[in-house]
Amino acid sequence: MTSYPDWWKLVFGRFTLEALPLHEPILVVTFIVVALGGIALLALVTWLKAWGYLWHEWFTSVDHKKIGIMYMILGVVMLLRGFADALMMRGQQAIAFAGSDGYLPPHHYDQIFTAHGVIMIFFVAMPFVTGLMNFVVPLQIGARDVSFPFLNNFSFWMTVGGAVLVMTSLFVGEFARTGWLAYPPLSGAAYSPGVGVDYYLWGLQVAGIGTTLSGVNLVATIVKMRAPGMDLMKMPVFTWTALCTNILIVATFPILAATLALLALDRYVGMNFFTNDLGGNPMMYVNLIWIWGHPEVYILILPAFGIYSEVASTFCGKRLFGYGSMVYATVVITILSYLVWLHHFFTMGSGASVNSFFGITTMIISIPTGAKIFNWLFTMYRGRIRFELPMMWLVAFMLTFVIGGMTGVMLAVPPADFVLHNSLFLVAHFHNVIIGGVVFGVFAGIAYWFPKAFGFKLDPFWGHLSFWFWVVGFYVAFMPLYVLGLMGVTRRLNRFEDPSLQIWFVVAAIGAVLILLGILCFLVQIAVSIMRREQLRDTTGDPWDGRTLEWSTSSPPPDYNFAFTPVIHDHDSWADMKKRGYQRPLTGFRPIHMPRNTGAGVIIAGFATLCGFALIWYIWWLAALSFVAAVASVIIHSFNYDRDFHISADTVLREEDARSDLLGRA
Amino acid sequence: MVLLSPSGDVALQQRNILFASTALMLIIIIPVMALTVFFAWRYRASARATYDPDWHHSLPLEVVIWSVPLLIIIVIGAITWMGTHLLDPYRPLGRISAAKPALVVKTGDVAPLPKPLVIQVVALDWKWLFMYPEQGIASLNEVVAPVDRPIEFRITASSVMNSLFIPALAGQIYAMPGMQTKLNAVINHAGDYEGFSANYSGAGFSDMRFRFHGVDSQRFEDWTRAAREKGGPLQREDYLTLEKPSEREPIRQFRDVAPDLFEAVLNRCVDRARMCTRDMMAMDAKGGGGKEGIATVMTLGDDGNQRRGGQPLPPRPFVTAICTPTDVYGTAGATARLAD
Repeated sequence: MTSYPDWWKLVFGRFTLEALPLHEPILVVTFIVVALGGIALLALVTWLKAWGYLWHEWFTSVDHKKIGIMYMILGVVMLLRGFADALMMRGQQAIAFAGSDGYLPPHHYDQIFTAHGVIMIFFVAMPFVTGLMNFVVPLQIGARDVSFPFLNNFSFWMTVGGAVLVMTSLFVGEFARTGWLAYPPLSGAAYSPGVGVDYYLWGLQVAGIGTTLSGVNLVATIVKMRAPGMDLMKMPVFTWTALCTNILIVATFPILAATLALLALDRYVGMNFFTNDLGGNPMMYVNLIWIWGHPEVYILILPAFGIYSEVASTFCGKRLFGYGSMVYATVVITILSYLVWLHHFFTMGSGASVNSFFGITTMIISIPTGAKIFNWLFTMYRGRIRFELPMMWLVAFMLTFVIGGMTGVMLAVPPADFVLHNSLFLVAHFHNVIIGGVVFGVFAGIAYWFPKAFGFKLDPFWGHLSFWFWVVGFYVAFMPLYVLGLMGVTRRLNRFEDPSLQIWFVVAAIGAVLILLGILCFLVQIAVSIMRREQLRDTTGDPWDGRTLEWSTSSPPPDYNFAFTPVIHDHDSWADMKKRGYQRPLTGFRPIHMPRNTGAGVIIAGFATLCGFALIWYIWWLAALSFVAAVASVIIHSFNYDRDFHISADTVLREEDARSDLLGRA
Repeated sequence: MVLLSPSGDVALQQRNILFASTALMLIIIIPVMALTVFFAWRYRASARATYDPDWHHSLPLEVVIWSVPLLIIIVIGAITWMGTHLLDPYRPLGRISAAKPALVVKTGDVAPLPKPLVIQVVALDWKWLFMYPEQGIASLNEVVAPVDRPIEFRITASSVMNSLFIPALAGQIYAMPGMQTKLNAVINHAGDYEGFSANYSGAGFSDMRFRFHGVDSQRFEDWTRAAREKGGPLQREDYLTLEKPSEREPIRQFRDVAPDLFEAVLNRCVDRARMCTRDMMAMDAKGGGGKEGIATVMTLGDDGNQRRGGQPLPPRPFVTAICTPTDVYGTAGATARLAD
């Protein structure tokens, strides 16, 4: 170990040059590739002279549509990272047999499975659902933006800040080796002394602030900004699920923040909330983290249910069957999701009465969920189903999700859970519901709303290819894990003794490769669609014969979304308006009051991220400085009174006339 | 698939519950999947089937789609309630196997079960210690039990959380430092089975495996005798050495096991310099040591970090043992160190 001068610690904290993983060839190559790619990207942006455009039109934008799109881009980028981790794990488990240690030592492998879980939940699934909600909800309720447009921009950049911290851990230091929920005492200072868990803590704290604020924002938006006439029971189902999801976010993310803060106090100032000694109790952490963690599952799946509901009624060409029961099912799931957390650790030994209570409440959730499945099923009944891509995802979801639901109820029976807990059966189950539920739903949502966001449809050929690789790949990758779980194989192992298991892991690895092809086809689909955008152009703004308000405006919608706030009379407002022979207003426009873009969100989130980085490396002067800078930026921004403007009536007229031209052509 | 054909009665009953709940759910899952495929095919746009865009509500259908799943969940819930209580790992066994119950309800015959074999389990980094208090022996990474005799595992851990799992025998239960969990089980067929930790516990986790042997009582006696004759000692000092992290430890046996060792592990006071948590809790229950009590909090430099290969950290505090018969003023804590 090189010795460092005394001033080093003062300036750089515990960062040393040894913290750069130069001895790990996999990471060095990754770093070179990422660095070259990054430099190429920066050079391209500079060459295109696009910095000003990106800054003014996107980074500082308070437009919910652009923020939504940026969330989706973040999700796709992080999906590539999270999936690279998945491929490495599948590769390791497929070869680490018969005395072979594979190619990943535990030190590296344990970081990978931790990072995979953290990234996929916090930085892939969350940005995807938040992005879709951001983009769609204001359009569906006939609003011009969210309630707090600046806060929305800030929330996004905090999420990015968390992602940046997690990505930094790849090349500077290390990530946690604890599993994605970082159970103490393993994650405590005594057993995880390095920076890994601190990256985890501050990455999630920074991103968590963003998520909480975005939840506040969307709840306020849905409660306060619905178009006149849209009472709660006339809201589109996606908006309903978004409302419930954001209520869950507002209620549960503070628990996560508090839990992580307690663990940080243990690690940083020697407190003993979750340590073994001095009265600490790790069981408390496990309870607290799952009181957040279980509702989190529903935070992800409820918006997906909403997407499926929109897709079902649009592509079956009829109203959703049982709207009322769909809404009540969503609300019941929202409430019950708080009453089931203990099913994640029946094996802690709580005793039979406690375990039965939580087992049975868990099963009860399957009743409203089952009702939802039946509602989609009977929406198809006597419909006229167009098998466009979103509808294909819906059918794949219905067939896949019921399997995941069934294995979920099996796991909810405590005596059965005692043998299945922590096994690969469990891993297969939650991938079954998250991929088969959330991911399929997100892809359905992307295919469904892409034309609204960009004005052209996605290329169907590559979409179908991606669909089939994903669906087949999912079954090939995860059905073997169900089998392995029943063979008593537990999760997070990095090598195996029993050679008879190997074939199942090899099959699972092949499945992962198929999913990789699915992801690549999706990226190709985007690229091909951009190149073929003229052929795929939608001039109507309503390419699927949609039923909700977002399809009443142009594609992409103007900055102000709606020239006049629509008035709602019935469910499926746009279908209702079309039926009544709605005429688009062509004159009489008034100036529209809009929020102004601001760079404050980027700046504050940047300081917060820097503060997190400094705390991770014990660079106290930088932590203090960046914290003060972040607070000062908030204060300075609060004195910025130049935060709104009016789009003049002339501009609105011009935009609406342009749309009339397009419609005339169509 | 070991979970589907286990060799212990508890695991067998757990499997039966698994089968029952699966069968009950398939009653609804299969029709749903079939209908999904059928409706998707029947009502595809090109089929020009009946199209009724305004049909979106049906009270009878709503009643069915809520009540049928409800009925199934009521049945599974009843199975859950009974199964969870009957198979609670803390509950002493009521039978050796289906053919050998403790109480035959129809005839009222009572056949008391044999006294359970107590095995104390400590999950260490990264190996398993099994102690047999009645036999006065212990073994590392190997546990042997006679067939058809109830076993009562008492489980704790030395540092981080693990989970004791022998799939052929019974379900798992967490092993947690400073806490004790219990598992009651019985093995019905002789054999050599796999056991392991089912909860990730750090770098050596993948090799945290052990063998579980179900044997006849004669071979069990032979095994315990071998331990008494050839095993190494396991006093507190030996335990403190054994406790240090290590991987792929060979199977070995111990005799001369300190009789209070498990209690000391559970109370985190194998090192006599530390106050046992039961004493700490007893004092706290009576109001605690007050401000003066802070004097008993000492620090121990090498608690955990460096011996794990990690960076040196600020010393972690612990509470010293005070007021023992040999150390009335509790000064030993300040000077005592781990046997290295």
